[in-house]
Amino acid sequence: MTKLKEDQVIKVGMADWKTAEAPEKLRTSGLGSCVGVVIYEESRKIAAMAHIMLPDSSMAGTRSLQRAKFADTALEDVLAWFQEKGCRCHRLQAKLAGGAQMFSFSEGSEMMRIGPRNSEAVKMFLEHNGIPVKGEDTGGSKGRTIEFNIMDSSLFIRTVSQGKTII
Amino acid sequence: MTDINHIQPVHLDALQEAGNIGAGNAATALSQLLNKKIDLHVPSVRMVDFQAMQAIAGGEEEVVAAAFLRITGEAPGSMFFILQKEEAEELAYTLTGRKVNIIDDSFDELAASALRELGNILAGAYLSALADFTGLSMQPSVPSLAVDMAGAVISEGLLEVSTKGDHAIVIDTEMEEAESSDSDAVTGQFFLLPDPKAFEKIFKSLGVEWS
Repeated sequence: MTKLKEDQVIKVGMADWKTAEAPEKLRTSGLGSCVGVVIYEESRKIAAMAHIMLPDSSMAGTRSLQRAKFADTALEDVLAWFQEKGCRCHRLQAKLAGGAQMFSFSEGSEMMRIGPRNSEAVKMFLEHNGIPVKGEDTGGSKGRTIEFNIMDSSLFIRTVSQGKTII
Repeated sequence: MTDINHIQPVHLDALQEAGNIGAGNAATALSQLLNKKIDLHVPSVRMVDFQAMQAIAGGEEEVVAAAFLRITGEAPGSMFFILQKEEAEELAYTLTGRKVNIIDDSFDELAASALRELGNILAGAYLSALADFTGLSMQPSVPSLAVDMAGAVISEGLLEVSTKGDHAIVIDTEMEEAESSDSDAVTGQFFLLPDPKAFEKIFKSLGVEWS
């Protein structure tokens, strides 16, 4: 018997999103203020993971923007992919992690609060589209590496100082 | 408008020269502080994409101690002073006489403050030399320290740049103890990430044409 794609982990880089199907896994590492979002359809065992840097594409100073960088445009594209696959929004679910504030400064710069704003933007998008958040580990001041197991829809989260959790 | 894609080799050379001026001054300050000769040099000035930037400090998930500060003034930007875990602990020991584990929850506040101060001194020396050289005002903020995955801390410095494009220009400075073959010799990295709007001013002040 041949083992097809078992334990194959698909790596998602910063400001990028990728899709996978079971038994593949999706992974992104070193999330600081960035947010890692997984949107998945449990019954068909397909999923997409995005590594989002900024909350809103209106922040782009250039016209040629990289859509995967921003919460609104990245997630629009992810949803479009699911729709192409014939998925309805109401069957989709989501989990997210990240959105930390790695450094604290006394003089409050807006950029320093980008982590919480990223999480808020992602959750607002999901709510608008009727996609329930099934698990979340956001905020704080710690970096996270996440891996999504499509088989059982579990999101594994690793941090340096607080070990591992699964949501 | 400043477009990072218009950067030519001549611009990178000019930035490298500026980086060397800053590094020279910072090396003097650091050598005095640690009471041993420290060399700082700028091996390269690179234009990198975000993936490469995250990996530049030794790997996305590598644990590092990073002092991060913002530069305000005519040539704004971000600055990082990055040490691998063992290097940070070695330096903290040199500065405070305490043996610490920097990923411990109870990470010694005195050691943390020593590393922050080190970042402060380095950045101050580096930027004042750079400001003299370019005639541009640059004020460093007080550094903030984080001990975490390299990818997670570095990405904070990319936020400003990322609103304008998908690449960052990094002036990479290597730090090492002179005349030492010792394996626990001090080594570290120092990154300067100018904000996109700073480029035109920097190049103009260095006498490099910018179209």
